[in-house]
Amino acid sequence: MSIEVRNLTKRYGTQEAIRGLTFDVHRGEILGFLGPNGAGKTTTMKIITCYMPPSAGSVSVEGLDIATQSLEVRRKIGYLPEMNPLYLDMSVTEYLEYSASLHGLRGEPSSVRRREMIHVCGLDTVKQKDIGELSKGFRQRVGLAQAMIHDPEVLLLDEPTSGLDPNQIVEIRNLIRELGRAKTVILSTHILSEVQATCDRVLIINEGTLVADGTPGQLQKQFQGAELVVVEFRVDPRHPIDQMAERIRRLAGVAAVTLQLHDPASVHFEVQAATGVDVREPLFRLAIAEGWTLLEMHRHATSLEEVFHKLTTN
Amino acid sequence: MNTLNNVGPIFRRELRSSFDSPVAYVVIIVFLAIIGWFFTSNLFFINLATMRVVFDLVPLVFLFFVPAVTMRLLAEEKKSGTLELLATRPVRDVEIVLGKFFAAWALVGAALLPTLCYLFTLMAFGRPDLGPVVTGYLGLLLMGGAYSAIGLFASSLTENQIIAFILGFLIVLALFLLDKVLMYIPAAFASTFEYLAIDTHFSNIARGVIDSRDVIYFASLLGISLLLTTVSLERRKW
Repeated sequence: MSIEVRNLTKRYGTQEAIRGLTFDVHRGEILGFLGPNGAGKTTTMKIITCYMPPSAGSVSVEGLDIATQSLEVRRKIGYLPEMNPLYLDMSVTEYLEYSASLHGLRGEPSSVRRREMIHVCGLDTVKQKDIGELSKGFRQRVGLAQAMIHDPEVLLLDEPTSGLDPNQIVEIRNLIRELGRAKTVILSTHILSEVQATCDRVLIINEGTLVADGTPGQLQKQFQGAELVVVEFRVDPRHPIDQMAERIRRLAGVAAVTLQLHDPASVHFEVQAATGVDVREPLFRLAIAEGWTLLEMHRHATSLEEVFHKLTTN
Repeated sequence: MNTLNNVGPIFRRELRSSFDSPVAYVVIIVFLAIIGWFFTSNLFFINLATMRVVFDLVPLVFLFFVPAVTMRLLAEEKKSGTLELLATRPVRDVEIVLGKFFAAWALVGAALLPTLCYLFTLMAFGRPDLGPVVTGYLGLLLMGGAYSAIGLFASSLTENQIIAFILGFLIVLALFLLDKVLMYIPAAFASTFEYLAIDTHFSNIARGVIDSRDVIYFASLLGISLLLTTVSLERRKW
């Protein structure tokens, strides 16, 4: 196990930011840490990186305890904090050299590693520039490069794509997947498509407690309600719409039918099936028997957005 | 494990960032302009080969100058969030404090360096007594060190550089004024006030007397301030 979090609690004054959080992260896993703003994602990250201690509970990273072996834990972790703070007056090269030296990397090993990170993170064209002159996308690359400079076992990234444009988001996401192949990665975000695109596993936390844990697919399945099939037919004057709806309703296994959308050319029905019944085949056969023109038919899957929404609102 | 390996890199980064920006130069030039003006305007009037004017004036200018040098050291990193990055690397808080302290002290020393011109001028035209000059500079360096440590402490208390400057200025001003208010306070406290006043110890050294009591005073002022700064950084863990 790479990271073990046990009964973690953090109080700010009387307010509890996280309450009894317990989870494990396996070696080599990319874990998506999801939750609304203020759920306790950043607080958890700050505790794992030894920036501040928990009020109660324990964390171990690669078998080292954060309370008693803080310096050793910090050697194993690469961290990209929220908002990606950087020294704007340093050049990319200077900053990476400084970051490496604080991890005890000096001289030749440091410059080898630095060149490697500049190459991997695509910073070759800007390495002599001051960080203050760089675009947000490049700054995020610098943030990733500094987090990776000492080749850490564990990578903690706090909202690594916030504030980037869609192209930059895709680039940074690919970079994370690339870099994270051999590492344990915790990535916090509130962008759900990011989790689906990048993560092996998802934790959803809300108000400081864990509310879901599983792969994106598992979570979708778990929170799937009754099966919903959407069918679309061509509008035909020979087949009145309410008559079509009535036929579908009388099919075996159909619980309810709603007319979802009606434009001049086509008509959508939302067909809710009884639990455990697949109504797609009967619908198809019905359409053939009646001579309806079937334009589209699909099962409506619960999106991660809906899972998230369900779990984090009361 | 408990080495101070990271003091060097932090010191170098801090110093480089001071000299990369125009701020250090502006502050040093203003410092030198003030000292230079009073040195030359009095030189021919008193007609003595003495550095007295420098040693009388620099402690006054230090009251503004040193807090201005130290105000950004920690406040800026707190505000921009880079302190979080620094503190999550395998670096101990005391290394951060020492690195930044030595950088500030070096900058204060660098500002004093050009004032040696006045000494060379005096040596060209007269024979200044070198003893008090050497101890005078030593006193200024000790004072600059103590002020730097106090200023760094003030900078650790806030994210706002202006507040850090005012706090630092108020603390050193209080230490500076202690022996100037002796006549207004009960006699029982007078000797305590006098001992705590920075000028008492500085003028001893600047006169040419290096007494261990004065050196211990500056060393403990410096040590206590650095200790408080470290504690203040660790406050996030409370």
